Amino acid sequence: MQHIRAHVLICAGTGCKSAGSKEVELAFQKEIKAAGLADEVMVVETGCHGFCEYGPLVIVYPEGTFYSRVTVEDVAEIVESHLLKGRLVERLLYHEPMTQEMIPNYSDINFYKKQHRLVLAHCGSINPEQIEEYIAVGGYEGLGKALTLMTPDEVVAEVKKSGLRGRGGGGFPTGMKWGFAKQSVNDKKYVICNADEGDPGAFMDRSVLEGDPHKILEGMAICGYAIGADEGYIYVRAEYPLAIKRLRVAIEQAEAMGLLGENIFNSGFNFQIHIKEGAGAFVCGEETALMASIEGKRGMPRPRPPFPAVSGLWGKPTNINNVETFANVPLILVNGADWYCQFGTEKSKGTKVFALTGKINNTGLAEVPMGITMREIIYDIGGGINNGKKFKAVQIGGPSGGCLPEELLDLPIDYDSLTAVGAMMGSGGLVVMDEDTCMVDVAKFFLNFTQSESCGKCTPCREGTKRMLEILTRITEGQGREGDIELLENMAKNIKETALCGLGQTAPNPVLSTLKYFRNEYEAHIKEKRCPAGVCEKMAIYTITDKCKGCGLCAKTCPVKAISGNLKQQHVIDQAICIKCGACMSVCPFKAITKG
Amino acid sequence: MKTLEDLKALREKLKSDIKVRQNQGTKIIIGMGTCGIAAGAREVMSAALDELAVRKLNDVQVQQTGCIGMCEKEVLLDVIRPNEPRITYGNVKPADVKRIIADHVVNGRIIEDLVVGKIEQES
Amino acid sequence: MDMVTLTINGQTVQTKKTSTVLEAARAAGIYIPTLCYHPELSREGACRLCVVEASGARSLVASCVYPVAEGMVVETNTPKVREARKLVVELLLANHPKDCLSCQKSMDCELQTIAAELGVRKIRFAGGEMKAHTIDASNPALVRDQEKCILCGRCIRACSEIQGMDVYSFAGRGFHTIVSTAFEQGLEKVACTYCGQCASVCPTAAIVEKDDTDKAWAALADKSKHVVVQTAPSVRVALGEELGIPVGEVVTGKMVAALRRIGFDKVFDTNFSADLTIMEEGHEFIDRLTNGGVLPMITSCSPGWVNMIELKYPELLPHLSTAKSPQQMFGAIAKTYYAERAGIDAKDIVSVSIMPCTAKKAEAVRPEMNSSGYQDVDIVLTTRELGRMIREFGLDFSALPEENFDSPLGKSTGAGVIFGTTGGVMEAALRTVADVVTGQNLKQIEYKAVRGMETVREAALKIGEAEVKVAVVHTLKAAKAMMEKVKKGEAAYKFIEVMACPGGCIGGGGQPVPVDADIRRARREALFTCDEACELRKSHENPEIIELYSTWLGKPLGEKAHHLLHTKYNQQKRN
Repeated sequence: MQHIRAHVLICAGTGCKSAGSKEVELAFQKEIKAAGLADEVMVVETGCHGFCEYGPLVIVYPEGTFYSRVTVEDVAEIVESHLLKGRLVERLLYHEPMTQEMIPNYSDINFYKKQHRLVLAHCGSINPEQIEEYIAVGGYEGLGKALTLMTPDEVVAEVKKSGLRGRGGGGFPTGMKWGFAKQSVNDKKYVICNADEGDPGAFMDRSVLEGDPHKILEGMAICGYAIGADEGYIYVRAEYPLAIKRLRVAIEQAEAMGLLGENIFNSGFNFQIHIKEGAGAFVCGEETALMASIEGKRGMPRPRPPFPAVSGLWGKPTNINNVETFANVPLILVNGADWYCQFGTEKSKGTKVFALTGKINNTGLAEVPMGITMREIIYDIGGGINNGKKFKAVQIGGPSGGCLPEELLDLPIDYDSLTAVGAMMGSGGLVVMDEDTCMVDVAKFFLNFTQSESCGKCTPCREGTKRMLEILTRITEGQGREGDIELLENMAKNIKETALCGLGQTAPNPVLSTLKYFRNEYEAHIKEKRCPAGVCEKMAIYTITDKCKGCGLCAKTCPVKAISGNLKQQHVIDQAICIKCGACMSVCPFKAITKG
Repeated sequence: MKTLEDLKALREKLKSDIKVRQNQGTKIIIGMGTCGIAAGAREVMSAALDELAVRKLNDVQVQQTGCIGMCEKEVLLDVIRPNEPRITYGNVKPADVKRIIADHVVNGRIIEDLVVGKIEQES
Repeated sequence: MDMVTLTINGQTVQTKKTSTVLEAARAAGIYIPTLCYHPELSREGACRLCVVEASGARSLVASCVYPVAEGMVVETNTPKVREARKLVVELLLANHPKDCLSCQKSMDCELQTIAAELGVRKIRFAGGEMKAHTIDASNPALVRDQEKCILCGRCIRACSEIQGMDVYSFAGRGFHTIVSTAFEQGLEKVACTYCGQCASVCPTAAIVEKDDTDKAWAALADKSKHVVVQTAPSVRVALGEELGIPVGEVVTGKMVAALRRIGFDKVFDTNFSADLTIMEEGHEFIDRLTNGGVLPMITSCSPGWVNMIELKYPELLPHLSTAKSPQQMFGAIAKTYYAERAGIDAKDIVSVSIMPCTAKKAEAVRPEMNSSGYQDVDIVLTTRELGRMIREFGLDFSALPEENFDSPLGKSTGAGVIFGTTGGVMEAALRTVADVVTGQNLKQIEYKAVRGMETVREAALKIGEAEVKVAVVHTLKAAKAMMEKVKKGEAAYKFIEVMACPGGCIGGGGQPVPVDADIRRARREALFTCDEACELRKSHENPEIIELYSTWLGKPLGEKAHHLLHTKYNQQKRN
């Protein structure tokens, strides 16, 4: 007779899927059947666990054993050893990168231990394509409570009390925003979920949409009830096909159960959710451009006022929030604002999901309470800098944000502390940089992004970011001029004051921030024509050290005959002729050529 | 889904389907090392699963473990009820399983004549 | 009306609650420079030139879109604001050609004016990338130069909001954003009617009328050619604006004098052929009324409108009057009737017209417009081009004497002159139709019911015993709405006048710029002034017209008239 005693949870988030988790899942099903365990062991597909560095991830319950980097070839062994005999497959367990300590249990891994997973609670532990699992963990009770036990005013008050602030980057108090939309008098209102997630490297929203889509639906419905809207849109970037699929399945299942649609919980409240796919424009993450896009127009922002709460989608009062913001709402309703207020700092309540990327050992998603320090995130959760390199800076807030240098690592992370130091929370993308990163190059990278994503409407952004980019490019190519830094600062200041929307207003931030903390790097580029980190190709200085044995191979290889020297004697590179192609360095058998 | 109560009732029903992931409730741990398997641990495991299925005890976890050293007492079967000591039963036969589940797992009555070990659980 | 009080540059200003800071400032006489703003188009706040400091705002705000509030304190000229404005202009100039001195819009370019006003002396981004130099000179009427575009978006908004044609849109992103047509095709490949409203609102030379003055100079210099010119009614009330004369002044006499001095052999008047058009069209209308022809009949003298109906509503073509426009009727008569009387070989006649209209350039080259045996009109010049020719010739325009048009195509009635304004053709037609239908010389001359500036007007008039319902529309957007009604059979009118441009021809795409509602009104009123000053005010009273018919043409709608003065229409397919 069937009694399921073990669940094998296989991460089916986009990251693990591209690493082959689907094949691993099929292998498990095959092996389990072959071992006669099909009546005892269930294979479950889940959403993203967040520990993407180590995927494909497999977690076996009831033990909670965490297997990482599982390949198809490993599956038979796991079934044979763990599922049949109860013996863990040690080589596949997670090992702490700094100490190599082996940690079998999911809940003991530092990456997870230090997190406070409220938004990501179910990501990785339920099957997102089964509404029953969401209900089993308490799903839709927030909506039920709101509709049957609270008035719209009470719902708004609860959200206000919780101190929840917009997680998309703006940090605007969510309850207050809902209050504005509620106040507007109109026969039609809309709720919009901004799932455009355009920041390069950010995937927090994606994981929630893929791993726990119902949470968003529930949050939006609660919002609709609070403000008086009966229709909602989720604007998802088209580059997230899996998230779109999971959302569609979730909406269908919720409608079939009467949790969306007409007369939910017999309360007279109707709510319908549509999905609108983006079309590849970063600027459509800006709320007015997003609404223009839903309306079928070119995604260009418009001036505010009027604000969306007064006149938004098709001129109707609209409340727009980010995915993560909506994900917090059901928890607040179920557990109460007072419960929520225990997390975070005084002005920034709750948790924040960060995407840890860059030169860090544990790349992935981490949800931490506001007020945690950057040091804890990078070292305790992130496992420190990889390849034994030294930390240099962490970029926070993506193309709109700034960098934090080492001296700010103990800054408690919340909205206000970050803006006070010239950075911003942004959507939560963190890019960790080490000593081999050139900060001028980083500024150039982000400005290149914002310039190509600029919608072109307003002069300061369309033309201004282009000219700033040209200056930065010159600097990184050894063509920097005296006065360039002052010009960049002057332009940055004016562009921030005059650009029409957030994209243009924040585009200069990476430049200003890197100038603030790494001005010396800019000056080295301009005055000495040198890139201290050795990154800017056109300024690399190749030098032959005394390791040189005088074999002459480099001189023969050099395409412009810039190297001279006698046999068996140290050779020398003529910097005036050198075109910095690096061929000499790649052929030297004695590693005698350095680049710097 | 008509009312909040309907939802809560459904939740109760569905909760047990994922109980396995929650690491709560009563645990039965069966020694599945080579000695255990040689002594018939797999049959004991099947008997346990069958009995749990018949009684619809969906929130009881069944885990395996390796050899703990008491090889001559295999098949070893541990029962851990929440907040109670870990009891190790030895020389367990498939026929004993019904009694262990009925008396200890369900009613908390330790079957003294099968016990070979008792460990107080840290809370 | 709710009012609020705010302070601008220390000055207390009272304004409507719904105003923007720019509107409040302008009403108080405080100047704030703008580029993308246009009083008749929606507000975008795109160029960021009009930024000001406003209390309560986190950064500088665009005054053209920022709403006023009680107690707001605004500063429009602080160092911070001026520095920001200068950077905006500097950025625009960095991506703009530097050939102002030889540009068609030199001295008439809003960017040039503002750069000079703000004192932008240095462009710190020399050597940077610049816009692609793409030119669209594919069509007879307009020329687009992407290099000069500052992406203000006024053309897009004018084409969409005023004309409802939506020919333009922004395309691309970032630095490479451009104003484009569908798939960046030339205007002749998309549904462009050549109405020129885009050129009218373009602040730079990114969209201009095609300059045909070279052709005109060449014809004038050719001793073997007999160059005749006709001037549209709208030109005489607007030409002065090109030459330093206040808006709304009638400069007919000086215009004629100037044309003669430039070298035209004969200076004739389109008003004459406007009277001619009324003869043909009026009789056509009566014919349809009495013999069950297609009704409502719709006027056909606006080529932008004719392009629109051929493009978008070809099934409604039978409604169009078959009468040609005054410009084309003139050309046909000039190369036949006039040529005969003057003893000149038609092949030596170059027929030039001065028009307020860019679409007329395309109308003149329509292949079927050659009933004289030659292309009826050879060169079309806009009012702006004539202004340039007069300046090139170095004439002191205001010092010229008043001269008269030549015969036999120079006399006109008041009905002819009001052709230039919306409602004018209708009123002119009614003056003749009423007399013909009743067989009397009616006292009523003016039909004020069809006058006005609303884009759709209707009137029910008594013509003899019958009640005739008529409608007048202007702008292509209103024309579209009217055509939808006609399609559905809901347009219960007998006669509809359609003009493509706002205000009628006086607001045409070839008229002096800038233009706004006040300027249009002034031009319009000047036309009515001319009408009232005319001795004869009904087209059929024009002695030169009477002579034309009785000695040569025969009857209205007769065989000769039909051959020379009427035309056929076809669906236009552009690609």
